[in-house]
Amino acid sequence: MTTPLELVCPAGTPAGLRTAVDAGAHSVYCGFRDETNARNFPGLNFDRAEMREAAAYAHAHGAKIAIALNTFMRAGSTDLWKRGVDDAVAAGADALILADVGLVDYARKAHPKQRLHLSVQAAAATPEAIAFYRDRFGIARVVLPRVLTVEEVSRLTAHAAPCETEVFVFGGLCVMAEGRCMLSSYATGKSPNMTGVCSPPSHVTYREDRDALVACVGGFTIERFERGEPAGYPTLCKGRFVADGTMSHLFEDPVSLNAVTLLPRLAEIGVTAFKIEGRQRGRAYISTVVRAFRKVIDAMAAGKKIDLDELRGLTEGQRDTVGAYKKTWR
Amino acid sequence: MTKRLSLTLGSVLFNWPVKQWVDFYARIADEAPVDRVCLGEVVCSKRKPFVDDVTLEVVDRLERGGKEVVYATLALPTGKREIRDIGDMIQAGYQIEANDIATVHLLNGKAHSVGPFINIYNEDTLALHLKLGATRICLPPELPLESIRALAKGNEAVEVFAFGRPPLALSARCYSARSKGTAKDACQFVCEADRDGMNVETLDGVPFLAVNGTQTLGFVVTAAVRQVEALREAGVVSLRLSPQTCDMVRVASIFRDLADGSTTPEEAGESLSVLHLPGPLSDGFLRGVPGCTVAEVD
Repeated sequence: MTTPLELVCPAGTPAGLRTAVDAGAHSVYCGFRDETNARNFPGLNFDRAEMREAAAYAHAHGAKIAIALNTFMRAGSTDLWKRGVDDAVAAGADALILADVGLVDYARKAHPKQRLHLSVQAAAATPEAIAFYRDRFGIARVVLPRVLTVEEVSRLTAHAAPCETEVFVFGGLCVMAEGRCMLSSYATGKSPNMTGVCSPPSHVTYREDRDALVACVGGFTIERFERGEPAGYPTLCKGRFVADGTMSHLFEDPVSLNAVTLLPRLAEIGVTAFKIEGRQRGRAYISTVVRAFRKVIDAMAAGKKIDLDELRGLTEGQRDTVGAYKKTWR
Repeated sequence: MTKRLSLTLGSVLFNWPVKQWVDFYARIADEAPVDRVCLGEVVCSKRKPFVDDVTLEVVDRLERGGKEVVYATLALPTGKREIRDIGDMIQAGYQIEANDIATVHLLNGKAHSVGPFINIYNEDTLALHLKLGATRICLPPELPLESIRALAKGNEAVEVFAFGRPPLALSARCYSARSKGTAKDACQFVCEADRDGMNVETLDGVPFLAVNGTQTLGFVVTAAVRQVEALREAGVVSLRLSPQTCDMVRVASIFRDLADGSTTPEEAGESLSVLHLPGPLSDGFLRGVPGCTVAEVD
């Protein structure tokens, strides 16, 4: 393997970015403080000045910075996104992470030399979809959806070349095709595609019911935690529902992705970058996870045996899974 | 003279038994006042062989009934074979409705339609798709009227999802199979039991969503009856009616009358609501409020 592996880490805030860089991130990704990015939460993200400082900090420490503008431009207001692209380039972004093909087209024309990555929100999961973005717009890297098996990742990576592939290895999972899900929009009026939020906290309510904590999104009761049960965030697709008289986690169990055991295999098939999800996470979490993954990647590069036990307890009480990479539900 | 709005019947999204599927299109060919009919399996390639066997017969029947026929492709193709099948349909010269960017790539500039599963949220992306050969574009169902106004102006290409359960999400995983405790590969086509989708309720027993194999839809039934005039004024050229098991000929007639101004939105809403619908009528997405919001009744 000639290309060095890249560990791509989340940075929700300027402090979070410094934490990730200090912990050994090869690159960090972040977004502006508005609906141009898919983690448009209050208290997160960067204003223009912070973004310039963030880029300078990353570069001074040998890390790269990718700026995500990965929502879909609102009709009649496309300037907000285009200005975001211009400002990201001006701030010194090493790459822009984009999902909307209209914005990809703008970025390519306005900044012909800028490196562009295709966001997971574009859900390019076939060689033909990747070819569309690579051949027409010179996309340099595609972030693959979290619904693929290792074999599928392998085939896509081979077909994508010279476009690189990046895969999620840790953190939250989307079980729906990313960027093509309107569940949140349906229940709350706010969606990942249009507003950059999914099951937003502003639409989540809790109530006590006997010995349990009941969680609602948009007024729909989707989870019930008995006393002592860990209460995860109530994301719509991970809720409990009743279908055909049976209550279950119909779409996805509340599990978290941890593909650390698959890193050697993913590297072998030519994946360039490993991504950690969680721009909304705290600094302690980021620091621990980034350090642990960096250690594994360095060990792999040095041809040493990797110690997987260290990464087991990282999922904050949630069960972890290798997700679709080893599909059990086909 | 105001411009005539055309009607498009979307593909049947659900797994209907072949006989029901053939009979449905025969009746559409003979009786439904729709201009265009999309057909072809959009949701799950495992269902495709059944309808493929009778597609030619159905296309012929529809064309003899004066309908423009469009072949809709899978919304989430993944396997090599699925992509090859799409390539074959393009080669065969069918009019294609692309529901995924891979299909747009394969079309390579050839004139085609774009279905509601491709993300077109703004005028730039819409213009790009027109340049890539799209001649008709059905917008994603979550777009509000305000966005549609910005999108439909001056291109004579925009279609709006006007009737049927709104498609909300796609997955590689099959929830019909999962709910029955089986794997996708051994699904035994359990989705066939739910011809309008399997209703999904909250923990309080409130109806919420509907599952159709790998697809999730809203429990409500979109009915853009109050917005028809505004959509026409915005420059929308066509309304999409997405098949449910209710009397779709009647649905088409109601929307035809509405588009022609020979019935009022109130009357149309009333006529729709007495049909055997799987959920209450909704126009939430169009109004820019949560898509689950039930339409107000006067």
